[in-house]
Amino acid sequence: MTPEQAVTAVETVTATIDGIEVQVPKGTLIIRAAEKLGIQIPRFCDHPLLAPAGACRQCLVDVEVNGRAFPKPQASCTMPVENGMVVKTQLTSETAEKAQAGIMEFLLINHPLDCPVCDKGGECPLQNQAMTAGRAETRFEGEKRTFEKPINISSQVLLDRERCVLCARCTRFSEEIAGDPFITLNERGALQQVGIYEKEPFESYYSGNTVQICPVGALTGASYRFRARPFDLVSVNSACEHCASGCDMRTDMRRGKTLRRLAGDDANVNQEWNCDKGRWAFKYLTSRERVKTPMVRGADGELHEASWPEALAAAAAGLKNKNVGVLVGGRATVEDAYAYSKFARVALGTNDIDFRARPHTEEESEFLTAIAPKLSANYLDIDAADSVVLLGFEPEEESPIVFLRIYHQVRKRGLLVISDAPLTSRGSKKLKAKLVANTSSISGLTNKSVIIVGERAAETAGLLSQAVALSKSSGAKLAWIPRRAGEPGAIQAGALGTLLPGGRPVADSSARVDVATAWGVGTLTSNKGRSTSEILTGLSDRTLDAVLLGGVDPLDISSAALSQMLHSFVVSLEISHSAVTAIADVVLPVAAVVEKAGSFLDWTGKARTFDKAVEDAQSRSDLRILSMLADELGTPIGLDSVAATAREITSLGKWDGADATFTQVAAKPAPTDVTLVSWRLLLDLGTLQSGETNLAGTAHKAAAHISAAHASKIGVSDGDSVKISSDLGSLTLPVIIDQIADNLVWVPRNSEGSQVIANLGFTSGSVTVAKA
Amino acid sequence: MFTNEEIATMDQIIARYPKSRSAIMPLLHFVQSLDGYVTDRGIETIAQKLDLSTAEVTAVSSFYTQYKSEPVGEYHVGVCVNTLCAVMGGDELYKTACDRLGISNHETTPDGKVSLERIECNAACDYAPVVMVNWEFYDNQTPESLRELVDGVRAGNPPAPTRGPKKLRTWKENSAVLAGLSDGLAGEGLQAGEASLRGLKISKSGGDK
Amino acid sequence: MSKLTPVLSAAWDQADSFTLEGYKRNGGYAAIAKALGMSADEVITTIKDSGLRGRGGAGFPTGNKWSFIPQGDNKPHYLVVNADESEPGTCKDIPLLLANPHVLIEGVIIGSYAIRASHAFIYVRGEVVHVVRRLQQAIEDAYKAGYLGKNILGKGYDLELTLHAGAGAYICGEETALLDSLEGFRGQPRLRPPFPAIAGLYAMPTVVNNVESIASVPAIIDKGVEWFQTMGTEKSKGFTLYSLSGHVKNPGQFEAPLGITLREILELAGGMRSGHQLKFWTPGGSSTPIFTAEHLDTPLDYEGVSAAGSMLGTKALQIFDETTCVVRAALRWSEFYKHESCGKCTPCREGTWWLVQMLEDLEAGKGSEAELDKLLDLCDNIAGRSFCALADGAVAPIISTLKYFRSEYIAHQTNGGCPFDPVASTLFDAVGAK
Repeated sequence: MTPEQAVTAVETVTATIDGIEVQVPKGTLIIRAAEKLGIQIPRFCDHPLLAPAGACRQCLVDVEVNGRAFPKPQASCTMPVENGMVVKTQLTSETAEKAQAGIMEFLLINHPLDCPVCDKGGECPLQNQAMTAGRAETRFEGEKRTFEKPINISSQVLLDRERCVLCARCTRFSEEIAGDPFITLNERGALQQVGIYEKEPFESYYSGNTVQICPVGALTGASYRFRARPFDLVSVNSACEHCASGCDMRTDMRRGKTLRRLAGDDANVNQEWNCDKGRWAFKYLTSRERVKTPMVRGADGELHEASWPEALAAAAAGLKNKNVGVLVGGRATVEDAYAYSKFARVALGTNDIDFRARPHTEEESEFLTAIAPKLSANYLDIDAADSVVLLGFEPEEESPIVFLRIYHQVRKRGLLVISDAPLTSRGSKKLKAKLVANTSSISGLTNKSVIIVGERAAETAGLLSQAVALSKSSGAKLAWIPRRAGEPGAIQAGALGTLLPGGRPVADSSARVDVATAWGVGTLTSNKGRSTSEILTGLSDRTLDAVLLGGVDPLDISSAALSQMLHSFVVSLEISHSAVTAIADVVLPVAAVVEKAGSFLDWTGKARTFDKAVEDAQSRSDLRILSMLADELGTPIGLDSVAATAREITSLGKWDGADATFTQVAAKPAPTDVTLVSWRLLLDLGTLQSGETNLAGTAHKAAAHISAAHASKIGVSDGDSVKISSDLGSLTLPVIIDQIADNLVWVPRNSEGSQVIANLGFTSGSVTVAKA
Repeated sequence: MFTNEEIATMDQIIARYPKSRSAIMPLLHFVQSLDGYVTDRGIETIAQKLDLSTAEVTAVSSFYTQYKSEPVGEYHVGVCVNTLCAVMGGDELYKTACDRLGISNHETTPDGKVSLERIECNAACDYAPVVMVNWEFYDNQTPESLRELVDGVRAGNPPAPTRGPKKLRTWKENSAVLAGLSDGLAGEGLQAGEASLRGLKISKSGGDK
Repeated sequence: MSKLTPVLSAAWDQADSFTLEGYKRNGGYAAIAKALGMSADEVITTIKDSGLRGRGGAGFPTGNKWSFIPQGDNKPHYLVVNADESEPGTCKDIPLLLANPHVLIEGVIIGSYAIRASHAFIYVRGEVVHVVRRLQQAIEDAYKAGYLGKNILGKGYDLELTLHAGAGAYICGEETALLDSLEGFRGQPRLRPPFPAIAGLYAMPTVVNNVESIASVPAIIDKGVEWFQTMGTEKSKGFTLYSLSGHVKNPGQFEAPLGITLREILELAGGMRSGHQLKFWTPGGSSTPIFTAEHLDTPLDYEGVSAAGSMLGTKALQIFDETTCVVRAALRWSEFYKHESCGKCTPCREGTWWLVQMLEDLEAGKGSEAELDKLLDLCDNIAGRSFCALADGAVAPIISTLKYFRSEYIAHQTNGGCPFDPVASTLFDAVGAK
């Protein structure tokens, strides 16, 4: 509910259900009103977030309005409550009870008796409701309908049509919520069945939700199939570490091992949905590449296992009294990011810290310092928006729950979406986005509009400035939505060279005093800290001696980043072995997200806090290790636990002093030579997706998108291969002819066959394109 | 792929409707008029033309029994076996057709000439028992007349429909009519069969006084 | 007084009755000039006053249906003709369209004008190619003659008419399924409300009328309400097509005032086939509970049939004599409903699947009498539980045959199989059935 709706008086109606009076907002369905009274009417097709279908007929009840009884029982999932309505459910009406028992019997005649081997057994609405609404013995003596046992409708979703009760939750979800109607009801009558078109499988980024809402075991996840019985699992609340959408999650563990993750409920964020990456990309937790013990590079140049005291001592020796830069990947929890921030300032005495393991600019630094900490837009603003502007942001690829929220409004009321993308992505197509070449062609924004800038806005000079100006001139709400889950928290934590915790500008002396006082240190350095690229430059030109990295993949930054570190002392806090650990002098293993407590801030600034799900003595969170390292350096930061850290962050509070300055940056003229543009797809070669092949099977295949004119100029047609070359290298991809400027070529940034930074040395820039 | 002319016809079909999706059924009939059944290229082209997923097109095509997912014969014989026709001889006729053609329900003769289907009521009950070939009426059938009919279609020399054009058209040709493409044959054939005129004739002769 | 009143069928005996010239020769397209000279509301009032009720089965007053369309809402309105005639036994619209498609088009023009529609559709079933041809040609000719298109008869009224061929789905006779089908979806019924009058085709105000209802409109406009009301009974006014089929001497179409009895129609048709007696019949298609000889004098109007425990439906009088096995008849109809169930809702989809299996067993003489109670209980669990009326129709033949012929079901069991010779009920007897 938006704040505005909350103040408008909601019209209510009063009815009686099973003799109990209930008052509900007008339009409430009988089945929901009954829930309010704790009366559970059995159902299958009903889902509160899907349009009513009335298909399964399991929820039949007796209804009387104004003393006139309906001649037949009514589906309580489709009929809204009216004033004076008298409803009798199975609890008080024999007709309703018999009607429900009759439907249940029909549902079961063709349902196989394979509950003992069905993944859903034990948490199955059909099984459960058959117990309450069904007969003990079947009266059906005929032949059951049979189908071939499970068929893959994608590499990660299996369909068992025999178990399906045709409630159409999955097909309705795919169409209504995800906008991906790749599964449909086919055939008709008793042969009706869910199906795909062979050549276009169920490759929706949201397909896992259908598995979760399937009320029987018809849809199952390939990775979880036959892995566990629900009653053997321990469920813990968790947060999703994959992006900044902020999904509530549930993690199901057995004997300390994560077996599956499910979307949790948060009406104001992810509702009851999540994306397939959030659901299925967790194999990295158990990867064989995990770093299990501290390691120190010996005189032989090799890494050797070491004890914690040995490793900490080695790290401290390399960092003490040195010029050190700190690079925090965008995956840290708020508490961990805070520990890096405090460690840099207190233990290393520097502001040389940055969380941006990606292209960034001075313009962005100022934006993140002066503007981002004060932004207040949230999901409800999208719900109420009169238009949404997307700048350097592809919601379906980069923040999929934000996409769902926008899509819902597009579908519901034709919300206007404007995007500055160079071509219409799959997501933009669903959003019917109006593409604009630049922000100057955007007009008509109001204070009900929402402008969303993505992290890629930093890749276009002046774009953040234009977004700020556009927001100021129109009153439109501004939102900044980075891709990684840790980035909003990193700003809050001050893991940036120009920012202290709580949005305090380093340049502001009273802000520094605030923090120094809270931390119990004399003064904090006022030097403007270096950015990621400046730190790397510092390392290569030896103005910096050492670097401390937490979860950074250098190839996310640039192709040169790794080599720039080669001559420095490198301390790496990592989950798994990586390019950084390969060159690090000290490697300190850290806990993965399920092994620690903490919280992520989503793009709206809302914290999602989670507890440790796995007990594992080997894994310590970054903040605990940094605290020990600070002790070793003799400059304690005093962050012994996540809880203590969280308390400290809270007590510091938010900056209410003067705004930092944001300098408008002028746009550069658009390039006219052949230029590569790219963004990351949701499912790609990202580190956190490693090990999950079923998920990877649904990733969109990489292709180079060019215009028809461009294609004819270089003599290629759809499906031919093109070679894209830069000064640093090349990549070869099949071509797709698309609506895109003639001088642009779009490729995915980090997909199989298209790792732009590694292959070409940049994320966007001048290239040559030729027939391969 | 479809020819430019065929694509242009598809565009004309789409233009009949206020919303393009409505054209899916005539387009499927049109695909059958070209390919004889709903082919993959048909589904993919319709999906692309109407901006639908291929699954959505499949969902529609598989719902309606006139759309065939496998090739049918040049002449598709449908024997009505709904209650009234069945009782009045449809069951016998179906057996006759099976025996004569050597195929059963939803099968096609090896030469691809004739296919057979048990069909539901076709709104010609006063002419029971009824057989349809390529959805043209063959009224008041007997085993003898049906044998002649199926022999005729196999030989490529079918008798004329009872209430239809002078010469039986092929499955593909009639599919084009269903797609809304005129074959100019509306003027051929009876305006009404004997049974249709039953009451009128009695009335005109004063037999209802 | 004449028992028959050919209006719609009056010119069917003329060889060119389906052509524009033939239709005009018989006074066709005179009514639109009259109607377009009236206000749209006057047209609606006229149809309301006439008492014309839907001829497709439900009998809803046509004029009332038209008056539900919101006016002045600045939305497109649509008239959709349901020509998807598929109810077993029903065979009135198809001969009408074959013999006189123009009367439907004229009715469409008047109806569209009345509800302020500028685009109308005829959804005709696809399994009748020659009817599709006739409609196509008639529409083309009507456009050429200026009865369709822009500024019809110079009266400033524009109307587009699109013919849409179905593709084999009985459920598309249900008006909301028809609309989904016409919009390019699977023909599955929609949730109501909203009703088509508010959100029908493309979510716009829409009237869906049966062919015969719309085809009856020009005559009412032309000859007036009083003339129309001279025919029929108190609440069931006018003439209608009764379709007689089955074991009768002379099956066919009999256009008569509502309220005629089967006894009267049978007399006109020369009675049952020689040497046989009436056993059971449907008053309005297979979805209407069967009647027996005891209902020969039931007035065949909406109220009369309903009072006798069935429904007027489509006035499809399927006549079966004593050679017919009711269990076989019920099984066949059940197979039809199973085949035509759209699959959307559980009781219809699964229920018809089960009913067919039970009836197969019963026809084969399996089981005990207790099976009949189970069968009735299943029917009870289907009727009134489904999403649309298809399943109600599916159980009607079973419940009604059990009501009148329970002993025949039991006889199958005591006999260990069907006691009837199926050949005896065929038209061509045993001769040649090899």
